[in-house]
Amino acid sequence: MNLTLKVWRQKSVHDDGLIETYQAKDIPIEASFLEMLDIVNQRIIVDGGEPIHFDYDCREGICGQCSLTINGIPHSKERGVTACQLHMRKFKDGDTIWVEPFRAKAFPLQRDLMVDRSAFDRIIAAGGFIDIRTGSAQDANNLPVAKTRADAAMDAAACIGCGACVAACKNASAMLFVSAKAAHLNLLPQGAPEKDKRVLGMVRQMDAEGFGNCTNLYECEAVCPKEISTENIARLNRDYATALAKEATV
Amino acid sequence: MSLDSKIPEGPIDQKWTKHKMDSKLINPANKRKFTVIVVGSGLAGGSAAASLSEMGYQVKCFCYQDSPRRAHSIAAQGGINAAKNYQNDGDSVNRLFYDTVKGGDFRSREANVHRLAEVSSNIIDQCTAQGVPFAREYGGLLDNRSFGGAQVSRTFYARGQTGQQLLIGCYQALQKEISKGGVEMHTRTEMMDVVLVDGHAKGIVVRNLVTGEISSHAADAVCLATGGYGNVFYLSTNAMGCNVTAAFKAYKRGAYIANPCYTQIHPTCIPVSGDYQSKLTLMSESLRNDGRIWVPVSKDDAEAIRDGNKKPEDIAEEDRDYYLERKYPSFGNLAPRDISSRAAKEVCDEGRGVASTGLGVYLDFKDAIERLGEDVIRARYGNLFQMYEKISGDNPYQTPMQIFPAVHYTMGGLWVDYNLQTTIPGLHCLGEANFSDHGANRLGASALMQGLADGYFVLPTTIANYLAGQKPGSINTKMDEFTQAEAIVKERIDKLININGTRTVDSFHKELGLLVWEQCGMARSKEGLEKALKRIPEIREEFWSTARIPGDADGVNTELEKAGRVADFLEFAEVMCTDALSREESCGGHFRLEYQFTEDSAEVKEGKTQPGEALRRDDEYAYVAAWEFNGVGIPPTLHKEDLEFENVHLAIRSYA
Amino acid sequence: MSSSTCSLCRFWQSSIGKKFVVALTGAYLVFFLAGHLVGNMLIYQSSEAFNHYAEFLHTMLHGWGIWIFRIIMLVALGLHILATIQLTSANRAARPSRYQVDATMVAPRSSRMMIWSGLTVLVFFVFHILHYTVRVQSDLHVLAEFKQNWAMTIAGFQNILVVLFYILAMGLLCSHLSHGVGSIFQTLGLRTKKTAKGIQFFSKAYSLIIFVGFISIPISVYFFGLGKKEMEETKAKVEAAIQAGLTELPDQDNAH
Repeated sequence: MNLTLKVWRQKSVHDDGLIETYQAKDIPIEASFLEMLDIVNQRIIVDGGEPIHFDYDCREGICGQCSLTINGIPHSKERGVTACQLHMRKFKDGDTIWVEPFRAKAFPLQRDLMVDRSAFDRIIAAGGFIDIRTGSAQDANNLPVAKTRADAAMDAAACIGCGACVAACKNASAMLFVSAKAAHLNLLPQGAPEKDKRVLGMVRQMDAEGFGNCTNLYECEAVCPKEISTENIARLNRDYATALAKEATV
Repeated sequence: MSLDSKIPEGPIDQKWTKHKMDSKLINPANKRKFTVIVVGSGLAGGSAAASLSEMGYQVKCFCYQDSPRRAHSIAAQGGINAAKNYQNDGDSVNRLFYDTVKGGDFRSREANVHRLAEVSSNIIDQCTAQGVPFAREYGGLLDNRSFGGAQVSRTFYARGQTGQQLLIGCYQALQKEISKGGVEMHTRTEMMDVVLVDGHAKGIVVRNLVTGEISSHAADAVCLATGGYGNVFYLSTNAMGCNVTAAFKAYKRGAYIANPCYTQIHPTCIPVSGDYQSKLTLMSESLRNDGRIWVPVSKDDAEAIRDGNKKPEDIAEEDRDYYLERKYPSFGNLAPRDISSRAAKEVCDEGRGVASTGLGVYLDFKDAIERLGEDVIRARYGNLFQMYEKISGDNPYQTPMQIFPAVHYTMGGLWVDYNLQTTIPGLHCLGEANFSDHGANRLGASALMQGLADGYFVLPTTIANYLAGQKPGSINTKMDEFTQAEAIVKERIDKLININGTRTVDSFHKELGLLVWEQCGMARSKEGLEKALKRIPEIREEFWSTARIPGDADGVNTELEKAGRVADFLEFAEVMCTDALSREESCGGHFRLEYQFTEDSAEVKEGKTQPGEALRRDDEYAYVAAWEFNGVGIPPTLHKEDLEFENVHLAIRSYA
Repeated sequence: MSSSTCSLCRFWQSSIGKKFVVALTGAYLVFFLAGHLVGNMLIYQSSEAFNHYAEFLHTMLHGWGIWIFRIIMLVALGLHILATIQLTSANRAARPSRYQVDATMVAPRSSRMMIWSGLTVLVFFVFHILHYTVRVQSDLHVLAEFKQNWAMTIAGFQNILVVLFYILAMGLLCSHLSHGVGSIFQTLGLRTKKTAKGIQFFSKAYSLIIFVGFISIPISVYFFGLGKKEMEETKAKVEAAIQAGLTELPDQDNAH
């Protein structure tokens, strides 16, 4: 298949960016989207140009490093996939495809389609953990966890930290990420002792990073490659209010 | 240099306890004066960095990804083994030890494996306490599943993403320590060299992958947890960025590489569909719990399927060859990985393969769906089925999956002693990057176990044996050794940027990968390996004269990153093939065509094994082959560490 | 953001806290609309019932009731507007470089124009207050002086422009509510996966009821002549009363 690509090129955060047009010719339909870009890049290099820089690593939808906005939608309009799991059979011959980076103030651009998502790491450092020293754990079966609860925690824990939720949100809000990470630990009995501290810490760091505010548009849920539910956001709202009330009074 | 494995004296089940007692201690006030560098932030590196920091050491941790949470440990799907015996099915530390030694085809160090089995239980406790959402039963207790190479259910899992959940647990511990100031994290930073001061590893040179800046970091000890070298094959299930560079730089500085020919080919991957392909996707081995592997009995049927004239559903039950069940009745579809992979290769070599390329076999869930219902299968494997459908476009609930073996894990790695220290004092190596625990073949769900065992429990104890003899803070990056190392790194980068050739780095990587896959892949021969050893230096030569690396070294340049890694693979591949050539036997992931049982073998006649099975030669090859660097293009020197089996009886590995 | 230690300040300064304010004030306004609509529906019953209801509102708690209510209402509205404007401007700042292709997966247009529907409703609110509460139109003012609220309401809808503006504003209010009502549940942490569909249905149904209910009055009055005759009679009576120097209608008995 033959395609026209409109790709965002930007040398670094200090340079201006612009859309450039590339022709992607003879692309096998079995190729993944990133493999299509590989093919285009190989030709650019042979022709003496600089390849399109984009992030990737595992190429099997779990590492969360790939971060392309395809035709205006992070990871494309296909549900439940990362860009690396998107295959060219989903496009038609002759299509024009726009490829842009994840855009948010809290995700500064590094080059072309690569962005810096370390804000997520700092949010985790602000409370997204259970403080258990290596070697001090009791037997794993001493603390039974109801299956429904463990499953709910697992649903939230499935987040791969790709940042598509931020990129898709009309307000560049990180609430789906933060709420999923908090819910994973808050739902488990192991996470209970630090629950309030965790929620306050993570939300405050999120605000400090310059993410926008959730206005309940649910775009995040629609693009999330792991289809994390926005009910986690409701839960975080509730938990935050409770934690703040406790902080003020207890 | 002779290899001293430093294995403690005493009975096998007391060696680790005794060693911990005999290990040196550093008092808490002094720990904070020591700086430890950890390269890599996967399960081994991340857990080591977090644990060392908890203990009070100052830690500097480095990863090439944009976050420590993205290390490739994340991709492990199936599970993690532990000898908990929660299922009351006869498991024990001893049985896990035995299974692992046997699974490794008697080429691993008994003492290391036993230690691994001992700490396996602590890992599950630790991870559960961290909030890893392992699967549970309705009673609230942890659930287990069975895995290849074992007849007990000892595998703990978190849906199809056990690796990600364990890594998140470890990453969260790491972030916690970062927030407390114990760990200084450097992301998007690649290690370019190890710096030795007076023969001891005292720092590293790194390149900032965003700014291109080259800088040095000094420490009292260096730990490499940089994963395996599977990407030497270009196509593998490894992440695109996985590389041998860190381990190989250490090798060039004097650390030995052990058993590089032991590479694991995973039996259940999605077959290759074209030369554009950048990586192979693994389908968890857990699928083999319920899926049945088959190819048509007749070549004609296979050909009809390949040409699209027949569908798998058209093949009658009696015309199907469930070859694993036929050959290995007691383990059936759960035979170990090396055996399953080779069996798939055999049936495809016979012309009975099914994918369009002829390189594929069926993994069929029809019977399991009939027996258990689609809902049960969906609950067990839903996300894997979904992933398969996304990639292949086929619905595995209706038609069998097509699978084929692919490079997955590398058992070889830097040689380490019982303390996980390499032959360079101060340089330690953990996880997949070292060679120590899996012998010639790794059992499923043991990689996560080993990475975490090394990082949480082994290294934090054993590193004190080295540090206690060191004067903390005696090293700084102003020292000549650092400026010299930096100069070498810069010179190499300049050289790469200035090749100005016409061929892309990827094209070299693909060429190398195909060569080693054909000659040093699932089956090796003297002739093929010699061919490869002749060709590799030629490709390397072409690379250094005709590669094209666009752009400059200041700032983000992914082609430059790739070029550095491919250049190292081009040197490493030679060591791997040299090792494969020198090991004149078949064992685990290393199968030499010259060494297999035939119809005439006594063991076959006695019914102990079958023709075509791996022929080990214990009398001559029960050793670890550790290779010492002598210069690029110069054959490395072999050092042998003899393996002694005092607790597991050396036997033909039989899964029949 | 300042590192204030006062809990209330921290609550206000945090994104979730501010959204709580929006949700709580929004909930108050939503309840108010329901009450307002029920009251308005009396217009179809009879002029007596309607006027009686108006009288009750003005005299409850010795006349304090309506002022307490109005003050709460103004504070709620003020906070609602202040918080949303601050949130919106922070949201704009959170994405300084816009997408070249702006695509949307699921969010309906109504949810993406809350600030505009909200501000239009605000303009309407001011107009509505001037129209029926301050009564800048002198004939309405006079009718109200004589406690003829029913007739005043009918009289107010005799102008096509007024009627059209009411319909437009109610349309935008409906749009605002169709996202806003459901959002209250989400922001206050009351929405779950299982209740999401139900909440969405309720949100849409509620906003539709508000829309149909409120626009039914101007439409009935202007296009179907509801109460026009009685209103003109009342007007005539009021004029007569003024001529006679009275301050209330002689035959008025709605106080009984």
